[in-house]
Amino acid sequence: MAQAAIELIGINKSFGAVRANRDINLEIARGTIHGIVGENGAGKSTLMSILYGFYQADSGEIRVGGQPASIKTPNDAIALGIGMVHQHFMLVDNFSVLENIILGAESDALLKRSIAKARSELERLEREYGLEVDPDAIVEELPVGLQQRVEILKALYRGAEILILDEPTGVLTPAEADHLFRILKQLKEQGKTVVLITHKLREIMAITDTVSVMRQGTMVATRETRKTTVEELAELMVGRRVLLRVEKGEAAAGGVKLAVKNLTVKDTRGVTMVDDISFDIRAGEIVGIAGVAGNGQSELLEAISGIRRAVSGSVMLDGKPIDLTGAADPGELRDRGLAHVPEDRHHVGLVLAFEENENSILGYHDDPRYLKGPFLNIDAIRDDAKDKIAKYDIRPADCRLKTANFSGGNQQKIVLAREMEQDPGVLIVGQPTRGVDVGAIEFIHKRLIAMRDQGKAVLVVSVELDEIRSLSDRILVMFAGRIVGERGPETTEGELGLLMAGVEHQGAAL
Amino acid sequence: MGVFIAIVQILDSTIRLSVPLLLACLAGLYSERAGIFDIGLEGKMLVGAFAGAAAASVFHSALLGLGMAILISVAFAMIHGFASITHRGNQIVSGVAINFIAAGSTIILGQAWFQQGGRTPALQPGERFDAIVWPGAEAVRDVPILGPIYSELISGHSILVYLAFLMVPFTWWVLFRTRFGLRLRAVGENPAAVDTAGISVAWLRYRALICTGVLTGVAGAYLSMVQNGGFVKDMTAGKGYIALAALIFAKWKPVNAMFACLLFGFLDALSIRLQGSPLPIIGKVPVQFMQALPYILTVILLAGFIGKAIPPRAGGVPYVKER
Repeated sequence: MAQAAIELIGINKSFGAVRANRDINLEIARGTIHGIVGENGAGKSTLMSILYGFYQADSGEIRVGGQPASIKTPNDAIALGIGMVHQHFMLVDNFSVLENIILGAESDALLKRSIAKARSELERLEREYGLEVDPDAIVEELPVGLQQRVEILKALYRGAEILILDEPTGVLTPAEADHLFRILKQLKEQGKTVVLITHKLREIMAITDTVSVMRQGTMVATRETRKTTVEELAELMVGRRVLLRVEKGEAAAGGVKLAVKNLTVKDTRGVTMVDDISFDIRAGEIVGIAGVAGNGQSELLEAISGIRRAVSGSVMLDGKPIDLTGAADPGELRDRGLAHVPEDRHHVGLVLAFEENENSILGYHDDPRYLKGPFLNIDAIRDDAKDKIAKYDIRPADCRLKTANFSGGNQQKIVLAREMEQDPGVLIVGQPTRGVDVGAIEFIHKRLIAMRDQGKAVLVVSVELDEIRSLSDRILVMFAGRIVGERGPETTEGELGLLMAGVEHQGAAL
Repeated sequence: MGVFIAIVQILDSTIRLSVPLLLACLAGLYSERAGIFDIGLEGKMLVGAFAGAAAASVFHSALLGLGMAILISVAFAMIHGFASITHRGNQIVSGVAINFIAAGSTIILGQAWFQQGGRTPALQPGERFDAIVWPGAEAVRDVPILGPIYSELISGHSILVYLAFLMVPFTWWVLFRTRFGLRLRAVGENPAAVDTAGISVAWLRYRALICTGVLTGVAGAYLSMVQNGGFVKDMTAGKGYIALAALIFAKWKPVNAMFACLLFGFLDALSIRLQGSPLPIIGKVPVQFMQALPYILTVILLAGFIGKAIPPRAGGVPYVKER
């Protein structure tokens, strides 16, 4: 085995009563790509933040290149050749690429000389690793894939030999993720060490040489990637057997529940995001909408759920028209049996500062079940919340807890429980499992299938192709605001990928 | 010719009235660009004005007065920093507290030390900053057009006036041409980016507040040692707030800040000039209305004419490491 780039010996870290890392031992070989997997809250990010000097371990030893290292600040880590690409980019949005790259690593007290030096250094890095990006572009005007590239360049500019990436593909499209992996492989060929933190097992299998699994703050196993399987890793992560692909029977599709005809929606800037779209959803089927984020799926969801006004088009719910261009509001649609689980649960789906029981009736708070005269019936609301907690296995099982204190998966369950338990005829779900752990994904998928089997019409929008393929009975692919194809669940990822990239429509799109 | 002279005089007093606003506005620019809201500009100016006048009158030295004004004002800026950076307190509350402490302590200390109802003794020549007469100013006074412009507008101000206007290009240069400026702007936009780049967020923000304190100190000294011959209670009279309004109006940019402050100074100068004199068509306007005019226009300008002002994104939010 090659010499270890990093050794972590007996690392412990607590935040108050929470033991985020317990007695962690880890050895990462130089010139390899090492994956670290685990559910949200398993302690992966904490461990890496300790390595990067963002936190101090309570006890334990870090060795870099065989030498004991004291890493008290990010500066120490940078000096030891450790670079980190954070999950939420640490970039100043309204600075240029060059300004972001030199920030904290300026070679001179005056910017002119620092920038000139960085510019030539950047050209070298671009040539060496194929990391092309316009040095004078303003960061917020770049797509996320390129912003991430700026983060990688930032680390390389500081002379990083060891690059830590925290959930790097969460915000990337499949094509961008593939590109990232090519870059990482190239870095490895140049002798750099890459540490990849993720909860996506497919990525681990695709790119890493070795993989370590964390669960509840402990390091449970380290494996050579080619000698392990996705099933084994999932089981190690969750601590029990997990079904990675939902089992479902044939759809027994009935009559049309929701008919969308010639719907056109513009965004706040006045750009047409949904362009003359028509489709039907029948009772007892799940229709999935695939597409690269930003091709109009969000606006479509918002229009159908009454959050955003459509420009034109008609929608029939149970054979009766809804006026989405004017009067319809989410409350009216809810009353007519259309429930909506929004894409962005933090901003649209929940009020994070509220208690769980308050969120579990939000939007249905005018229902007489929750009222006592003009007042809220607190007891009824809490009892109702407790029922949902039990039924959806929401943890911790405390309806008085502030919603912000639940994990992402449990927050999503709170929203799902609220919408599903109203027994809607049509359920519209955006990104059902974004930021949700493997165990909870399984649960959410099962509930969605159960809705379908009860004869509901379900519309799922997701950027996760796996999810779309395993849930949907029919798959619609959106590109540039239009539906560019319909496929059955047996379609391949490659075929969907081509449709999503608009390949068939290239002439029209470009 | 009378109209021309009147215009030159109004512009001259525009410059004089703009200076404390400009210094305070640039002071606010340093702290807000670093992500610290500073509603305590008013209070820091006030303690600066008091400390400056008191020290100048006791030690018979204008320079010592200026030094003391800066020192005390910086000390108050550090209190704001201690509350809002080190202890992550609410920046508005801390700023308001500073304004209250400043308003109260200057009167109490003034009365205790000088027994003149909260005033400091009238400053004697040598204890004030005198006007600097530029070479040839008297000689060219009678030259048409250019003469009055040179002798009234350009010449004949105190050193602090020239300093204030020199601070504009200097601040621009610091912000956009130096490493310190890059980091200062970065910490106001995304302190986490600064932290992960290995720079101390707290130390950077403290340094920004020191800049703020120095400038509010000079602004205060200008009020009590140039514009007035001594400290009078509450002599800042809301200038700190007008400076904040100008800062927003200027969208946190130094050169814009200068024009915004000149505009507010001009409105002030105009209202003083027009007091008591009947206007054409409208006739005589009550004094109170003329005095209120700059403030009314401030509201109108801020509400309607600046478009969207995007403040530094991390402004007002104490930096806490995530998780």
